[in-house]
Amino acid sequence: MINKVVNSVDEAIEGVHDNMTFMLGGFGLCGIPENSITALQKSGITGLTCISNNAGVDDFGLGLLLQTRQIKKMISSYVGENDLFEKQMLSGELEVELIPQGTLAERCRAAGAGVPAFYTPAGYGTEVAEGKEVREFNGKPHILEHAFDADFAFVKAWKGDTAGNLIFKATAKNFNPMMAMAGKITVAEVEELVPAGELDPNEIHTPGIFVQRIFQGEKFEKRIEQRTVRPRA
Amino acid sequence: MALDKNGIAQRIAQELQDGWYVNLGIGIPTLVANYIPEGISVEFQSENGVLGMGPFPFEGDEDADLINAGKQTITTMPGAVFFDSATSFAMIRGQHVQLTVLGAMEVAQNGDIANWKIPGKMVKGMGGAMDLVASAENIIVAMMHTNKAGESKLLESCTLPLTGVGCVKKVVTNLAVLEVTEQGFKLLERAPGVTVEEIKAATAGTLIVEGDIPEMQLD
Repeated sequence: MINKVVNSVDEAIEGVHDNMTFMLGGFGLCGIPENSITALQKSGITGLTCISNNAGVDDFGLGLLLQTRQIKKMISSYVGENDLFEKQMLSGELEVELIPQGTLAERCRAAGAGVPAFYTPAGYGTEVAEGKEVREFNGKPHILEHAFDADFAFVKAWKGDTAGNLIFKATAKNFNPMMAMAGKITVAEVEELVPAGELDPNEIHTPGIFVQRIFQGEKFEKRIEQRTVRPRA
Repeated sequence: MALDKNGIAQRIAQELQDGWYVNLGIGIPTLVANYIPEGISVEFQSENGVLGMGPFPFEGDEDADLINAGKQTITTMPGAVFFDSATSFAMIRGQHVQLTVLGAMEVAQNGDIANWKIPGKMVKGMGGAMDLVASAENIIVAMMHTNKAGESKLLESCTLPLTGVGCVKKVVTNLAVLEVTEQGFKLLERAPGVTVEEIKAATAGTLIVEGDIPEMQLD
């Protein structure tokens, strides 16, 4: 058994430096690598390119790295929840590439799967297609999109074992499995870390081969972005 | 009288068919789930990775790990399933979802849609909308007929950056149900008490009116 466990979040982010490209899992604040983000903020590295579906909120998630101006460029599909983001983007301080969500997911998956590029219909005829190769398949135009190239991927899982195998919970899965595949170094933080052999191999979502470092997160705030409930009858 | 948002959702719900998988966008489309006709079964897909979405949780039962694409806390129905984002968009691009309902800022009479960006103003992003409109075979737009300034949202051609081209098939607004045809917006139904003249006045694109236009039948 290959042991992927690191003893602390600081050990987990060893080797990160200025101007790197990171992938960060999560959808909104759901399933984000909270502990790694906090450690990255403390590290003080800057000039980062971050690939993440969203950019957090002003005081949580990737919003923390925006506060400290550590991010040079964001690659996301939707950033509506973050005032700070909008301000930095409109002032030109922050470079932003907005891309369709399915394309974002597939560019991560392709990176992990050894597929350098692929054609998709999403974005044809829009500004997303500008400068991209267009090719028709079955009478329908598609645009060429390329796999991402990320130095590190930071993902969050529910359970993991010492071999790096991961199980996600509910919709906290989202981008985490594809990003885990895609990072040159993938760092997984889990709520519960167990010895190899304790997870049922039938139930594992991400095989440990994709994960280089795993640790149990010290604390998960798991903030809810839009608390919507109905009253009890 | 023009419909409210719930009325629009109620009318769109009449389009649902038994056995369909349906993706509902943020805003008015979300309300469609409240009006599923009796006797049919549909499953709602949310692109962040759930099929078989249920109602909002009871107070105290919210789970930070269980949300919809609008980041709202939700519940699941029996038979629900969770999946990653690549699988989710495989369902969408692969045309396994039968109906997509989404909002729009503008719809053009050729089926173009704009709903993600106002240059120099709002910066939010397209989310999954571009993937949805590029692939879905059946797209219904749910929106108000005019914007807050009273200007028509049904145009000859879109003025805002596009989300997709030639993809919208049907539009349901607070005033009317319209079909996108090669000749323009074909008026199918009027909201209760709304006249053809009122709809004409609120539609900047070509409006095709053939014969008597029936009123929507809402319970």
